[in-house]
Amino acid sequence: MLKYTFDWSIVTSGKYFEWLVSGLKVTLELSAVGIVCAFLLGLLIAVLKMSHYRPVRWIATAYLEFFRNTPLLVQIFFWYFGSYKVLPTAVNEWLNSTNFEFAAAAIALTIYTSAFIAEDIRSGILSIPKEQMEAARSAGFSYLRSMQYIILPQAVRITIPPLVNQFLNLAKNSSLAMSIGVMELTYQARQVESYTFKGFEAFTAATVVYLGLSVVITALMDLYNKKVLNPHRA
Amino acid sequence: MIKFEGVHKWFKKLHVLNGIDLHVKQGEVVVVCGPSGSGKSTLIRTINQLEPIEEGSLIVDGMDLRSKKTDINKLRAEVGFVFQQFNLYPHLSVIDNITLAPTKIRRTPKKEAQEQAMELLERVGLAVKRDAYPTQLSGGQQQRVAIARALAMKPRIMLFDEPTSALDPEMIGEVLAVMQDLASTGMTMVCVTHEMGFAREVSDRVVFMDHGVILEEAQPEEFFRNPQHDRAKQFLKQLLSPMH
Repeated sequence: MLKYTFDWSIVTSGKYFEWLVSGLKVTLELSAVGIVCAFLLGLLIAVLKMSHYRPVRWIATAYLEFFRNTPLLVQIFFWYFGSYKVLPTAVNEWLNSTNFEFAAAAIALTIYTSAFIAEDIRSGILSIPKEQMEAARSAGFSYLRSMQYIILPQAVRITIPPLVNQFLNLAKNSSLAMSIGVMELTYQARQVESYTFKGFEAFTAATVVYLGLSVVITALMDLYNKKVLNPHRA
Repeated sequence: MIKFEGVHKWFKKLHVLNGIDLHVKQGEVVVVCGPSGSGKSTLIRTINQLEPIEEGSLIVDGMDLRSKKTDINKLRAEVGFVFQQFNLYPHLSVIDNITLAPTKIRRTPKKEAQEQAMELLERVGLAVKRDAYPTQLSGGQQQRVAIARALAMKPRIMLFDEPTSALDPEMIGEVLAVMQDLASTGMTMVCVTHEMGFAREVSDRVVFMDHGVILEEAQPEEFFRNPQHDRAKQFLKQLLSPMH
């Protein structure tokens, strides 16, 4: 027989509800920072990986392989427990005056996800006919300007579906930040569980919120794709 | 304006340009023809360095293409290029296709660039399509927009690489009409084309190539009436009556 009595009120109102809301705020911040930075960094790495200069390509390849092939949790620990040991004192003092947990988690999420995004964008770039680059170069655009104005805008459109996946992964992976004490949604759900022993309710609430967040990201990207990128196809 | 001297180019072992000497004067319209694989497309693509050359000298609008000091992007801005497959930017509307390079490279203010683009669209007869996207246009319309796009940079030379070869027969005329209009303004033009009517009526000179060599260079009337080289005779015969 089921002995457990459900009490959903703890996650819909009161102190614990507020904990969850404050956790959601941190999750949203972490995801937003991560998505924007990972996208920009991914673009950069994708372009570097296609450079004409071999050493630049090597650096990009090393970056990709290194960060794609090591666990995100290890990377988070590295930035949080490892990186400050080799930094100058002044930098450390500054870091400690800021929210270092948040920064370490944001850096790890950004770098880890940017490696995947770079590969997606690169395959998008490769799918653009080479004549587009020729047309751009013929007009007098440099290689980088051709990328900026002609190739990347087209490549990003093609890359939207895999990009959505990477953005969703990043938002969900942000839960690992709890491991270094970032007070995001999963951390707060765990707190609620510790204080109330209502683990079922607390993690159900967290699950529903993550699900909602994913649905919102997907819908926003869909909207962006339809209204901004492909208005003439609407 | 364009001067080839002893130009050679190889694709791996294939000798695609084998000692080209050609001088195109300002305001001249030159048609380059020849069988497929003759090197005519490669020839025209060397003029804006879409294909670099390996030997000889090539001077375009006073710029030495083999000199390291030549800013290739600056040269390309002065040379309009029209492709067989149009190559419009599919993510941009017609007007944005035309204004992109002038606003980003020439730093023309957007409003001014748009006014100039509209003038060019009037000239190629497509003003009503200003907000259309390339996929919504026919091949002939796309090619006319591509010509307008090239002209928006106010080039000193226009290059056409088989501009009508990808078009349905009923659309060839509209593109040739735009090219003829352009030639009448005194534009220096080099056109790779098999449109012999255009060559006869519009061009100043016809260049016939095969196997990377210029076999014949003549006034159009002379070339069509009395081709000197056997290969040119055979080529013209096949072009005029392909069944035989």
